[in-house]
This record gives sequence, structure tokens and C-alpha cells, in this order.
Amino acid sequence: MAEGQALLSLRDLHKAFDTQEAISGISLDVYEGEFLTLLGPSGCGKTTTLRVIAGLEAPTKGVVLLNGEDITRLPPEKRQVNTVFQNYALFPHMNVEKNIAYGLRMRGASRQEMREATEKMLALVQLEGYGKRQPGQLSGGQRQRVAIARSLVLSPRILLLDEPLGALDLQLRRQMQQELKRMQQSLGITFIYITHDQEEALGMSDRIALMREGRFVQIGSPQALYEQPETAFAASFIGETNLLRGRAAAVRDDGALIEVGGISLPVDSQLWISPGDAMCVSLRAERLYMSPVPVKEPCQLSGTLAESRYAGGERVCMVHLPDGQVLKSRHPTEGEAPLSVGDQVYLWWHQPSAVLVRDDLAQEAL
Amino acid sequence: MKNRVHRREALALPMAAYAALFVGLSLLYIIGLSLLSRGEGFGASLPATGENYARILSPIYLRSLWLSLRLAGLTALFCLLIGYPFAYFMVKAPPRARTWLLLLVIVPFWTNALIRIYGWKILFSASGPINQLVMALGLAQRPLKLLYTDFAVLVGMVYAMIPFMVLPVYSAAERLDWSVVEAARDLGASPIKAFFTVVVPMTMPGILAGLVLTFIPSIGLFFLSDLLGGSNTMLWGNLVHNELLKSRDLPFAAALSVVLLALTGLVILLYRKKGGSAETMVF
Repeated sequence: MAEGQALLSLRDLHKAFDTQEAISGISLDVYEGEFLTLLGPSGCGKTTTLRVIAGLEAPTKGVVLLNGEDITRLPPEKRQVNTVFQNYALFPHMNVEKNIAYGLRMRGASRQEMREATEKMLALVQLEGYGKRQPGQLSGGQRQRVAIARSLVLSPRILLLDEPLGALDLQLRRQMQQELKRMQQSLGITFIYITHDQEEALGMSDRIALMREGRFVQIGSPQALYEQPETAFAASFIGETNLLRGRAAAVRDDGALIEVGGISLPVDSQLWISPGDAMCVSLRAERLYMSPVPVKEPCQLSGTLAESRYAGGERVCMVHLPDGQVLKSRHPTEGEAPLSVGDQVYLWWHQPSAVLVRDDLAQEAL
Repeated sequence: MKNRVHRREALALPMAAYAALFVGLSLLYIIGLSLLSRGEGFGASLPATGENYARILSPIYLRSLWLSLRLAGLTALFCLLIGYPFAYFMVKAPPRARTWLLLLVIVPFWTNALIRIYGWKILFSASGPINQLVMALGLAQRPLKLLYTDFAVLVGMVYAMIPFMVLPVYSAAERLDWSVVEAARDLGASPIKAFFTVVVPMTMPGILAGLVLTFIPSIGLFFLSDLLGGSNTMLWGNLVHNELLKSRDLPFAAALSVVLLALTGLVILLYRKKGGSAETMVF
């Protein structure tokens, strides 16, 4: 997309603490009204990225543009960007009302303005009547709402959320996920959201930027990341997948034959590869089918059923391949064939389900 | 279960006995003494009287009380103005430097207070380093009178009391959740505004403890004004000291002490009312 269109642009950002680089050369464009998630394991640099955007951390190198304007050296109080902190960071010595009105007070708003805006915000986060409470008297979920209200009252161009639901229990988290998404859509405010929970990322985001060791691995829609991961890390971090290690045997324009344990599997691919390259094939557990007899499909592997666990609606199976690799598969339990551990089974899949990915996990796998 | 509670309480017994004996009894003794008449020589005798307290209401003693309270108030104030930034700086300093700064505050404790005050006497004297510097720079023709002034007493007091401000403020600031300060900046507060709207209120327990810990001992300190002050500053502590050792009026000295004690109690009561706790005074 064109340069001027992005609301926020990060250009080759680096941030080093002492000699350790927390982020090493990231670039990203975020668009108006977008819900963008920074996803990655802990320590991958997501929080540092967010803090650089907020102005709480100065990058060692690189530029931050907001609406095309360079804000790299602007202090946090001068940025139209607000943050919801991981631990909420509410002011413990102020009641809910004062917490929410704090930003307006700093802007020199009148009492009347502050009262009206606070009321509106309390209604938005469904905490009417809680204005006089102290933060210490609130539950985690309520504190979370106050933190969000406190930031939203300033109508920021971008709201930064640093694992805002991390401290909540599962049920409350689900509920807050929906509420946050609803709020984001109705207010039309751009959200940059941090999480290490891939399910949360898939369910809420317009786009996900997957991070690892201070770099972006892949940026795209949840569907693109799930269906078309580009690397083994992306495939395994989002959803559950099997990574089969093999070598490219033959390369065509729109795909390749990958040799896994002596068997050539056809795979669609747009990657630049040459015969002999070590590659990975990502096979989602729920996209595999199991049969007691060979099927007429080019994409199949046979092995021994080593484990079979009934889990209600689905069955989780482990199949050992002759070359020692293990495939995990999930199948609906409805009308399943009776198979027992030790049986010879055939796993097959539709060719587009297999995704060829670069093996960026090789060092760790050893 | 019940047994365990009893055992835990039993552990406090020696301390309680000590306090009852050496604090409780002695206080009762002083209060009792203050209600007696002056006796033969260095003693006290019946009949019981409120005369000693009535005497305190005379202008010279009230003036002394006012001077003492003013000096204690100024001492606490200057301790805050100097000690707070120091403690804040200490918390912000890297851990290694922090240790050294902390030592800087604590080491003087290990030196005899009198020796340190004599140090000030030398510094302030007509031919002392301060005056030498002032004259060398041509800021004054003749040595400034520094020693034996109220100013010297105040400097000495602040110097003696400042650790009691630095330490509680330091421990409050050290526990401060800095992400809250970042939140304030994020919400539009300049560093100075964030300091006054967030850092100061959140370290208020340390400030209050520091004020109480510097104010209370300052009312009663007498040797500082003896050594550094002029002869005309008669502080409450000096008064007690004089009545006891020079006039040898035991009951009146006791009454003066009871007033001091009551003032102290009042300050602590105020402190508790403000939400302060004994724990914040301990570091």
C-alpha cells in the first residue's frame, strides 16, 4: 500500500539493552481502524516494540511515524497513543473516577467535561456506579475495564494493549475478548494488541504480526498465518501442526515433490527452492484422515497407531512412521472405524492441506 | 491451633516485660513526680500540686515551647526538602551506586554524635574553612558569624536528623510500582506533573514517617543548641536539662518532660489518623 496511508509506521527499529538486542530491525505499517496483534513467545520483543511505540523506550535505531510525522523522539505525554499496561498500573491512591479522568485533568479539562466523559466511559465499560471505588476494591476484570476506560477517554489514535487479559481466568478472558473486539469495532480505534496466546490472536485480530527473537517472522491475516505459514516456527506456534522433515526431490512451478522417509509427497508451493534443499512439510492435526486400508490418494503415509485417546467429540491419535517421525492427528469420533493401538494405519490428506515451510527450527530440534 | 497462638504470644513476653518495666514504670514515675512539690535539695515531696503545670503557662516557657516547635518543624521541613530528592535519586541509581549512597547515609551513625557536632563547630568557626573560603572569594571583609546562631543549630539539626527522612522515603520509593508512573506519562503528564500527582502521593507513607521521625526527636534535642547555638536560644530540651541539673527542680523538670511527651503523643496520634502505621517507620 501507499506510504501516506499508514497510520503508524515502524521503520527498521532496533532496541538494545546493554549489548542484548530486544528488537533487531522491525518494520511495520498499521492502518486506521485495524486490530493488529503482536504475537510471539515471551521474550520475543513484543513488549519492547509496544513501549517504543508508546514512547516509554527510545529505539537505538530506526524511526516511528504517526500519520507520516516522525515521533521517534517525542515523549510519551505528547503522543496520541495510549497504553493499557499488563498489570493495569491504576493509580492506587485515586478512586475509579479520578483514575479515568486523570488524562483529561492533565489536559486541563474542566470539571464538567471530566464528569461527563467519566460517566460515558464507565457506561462503555459497564462499570456504572463504581466511580467512587478504590482500585483495591475491584476484581481483576473490573480493574482491567478501568484501565481501558482510562486510556480510551483520551480518544487516542492508537490504543496499545500489553497482554491485557493475561491475569484473568479463562472464562472472564473469553468474555473480555469479545467485549474488547466489540469496543474496538464500535469506536473504530486502532488497536495494537500483545498476546502470547495464539487462540486469542486468531479470534480477535485483523492482522497478526508473529514475532520471534526480536524480528517479525510473518505478518498477515489470521487465516493467512494459519493456512499459509511460511516457516516451521510460524506453523508450529499457531495451531497444532506436524512438521515432517524431508528434502526437495523435484521442483515444479507451482509445487514440489518432497521426500519424507523414502516416500515422495506432492506439495503446492510458491517458495524458491531447489532440489536437495532440506524442507519441512506442515500438516495440521485436524486436516489428517485415517484409514485402516490404503486409499487412492497421492498424499498418504502409513505407520503404526501408537496412541489413541478418546476426547469426546474427537479422538487424538499418534502414529509412528517407519522413519521414526511421529504424526499427531485429530478425528471426529462420529462413525469412526474401530482401530486399536498397534494397528497399521494410513494417514492421508488433501494436497492443499500440506504446506511447505522453511525449516527455521532445525537448530532447536537437534 | 490454640496452643500455637499462645506459644506465639509467649514469644513477645520478654519484650513486653522489658517495656512495662523500663518504659511504662518510668513514665508513671515521671508523671507522678511532675505532680509533686519541690523537696529538700535534689528531691521531691508532698503535697501533690498542679503548680508545676501552671508555671509552664508563663510567657518565657511558652516562648521556649514555640521556638522548639518552630525549630523542629523547620528541621523536618528541610530534611524533607533535602532528604526526599536524595532518596529518590538513590532509588533511581544503579544498584552498585545505591549501596554506596546508602552507606553515605548510614556510616555517620557509626561515629559519635558529639564528635560530628564538633566537626560542625570547626567548620562554622570564625577561622574555619567556610569563612576562609568566603574571605578568599572576597564575598565578605570580615569573618561571618556562623557559629552560635540559630542558623548553625538548624544546620546541625538537619544534618543529624536527615537519615530518619532518607530511609523511610527510600523504602517507600523503592517499593513504588514504576509502571504507574509510566502510565501517568502515557496519559499526558509531564515528568514534573507525574512526580507530583503520582510519585509524591504514593510515597506519602514514607514522607509522613520521615516527618514524624525527624520532628519528634528535634523537639527534645538539647546538646546541639548547647554546642552550636547562642546563649539566648533556650529550647525545650535545654529547659529540661537546666531545671534538672542546674536548678535541681526535679518535679518541674518532670512536668516539662510530660509536656514534651504529650506533644510527641499528639504528633503520633495525628500520624495514625493520616493512615500512617508503625510498620512504615521500620525499614
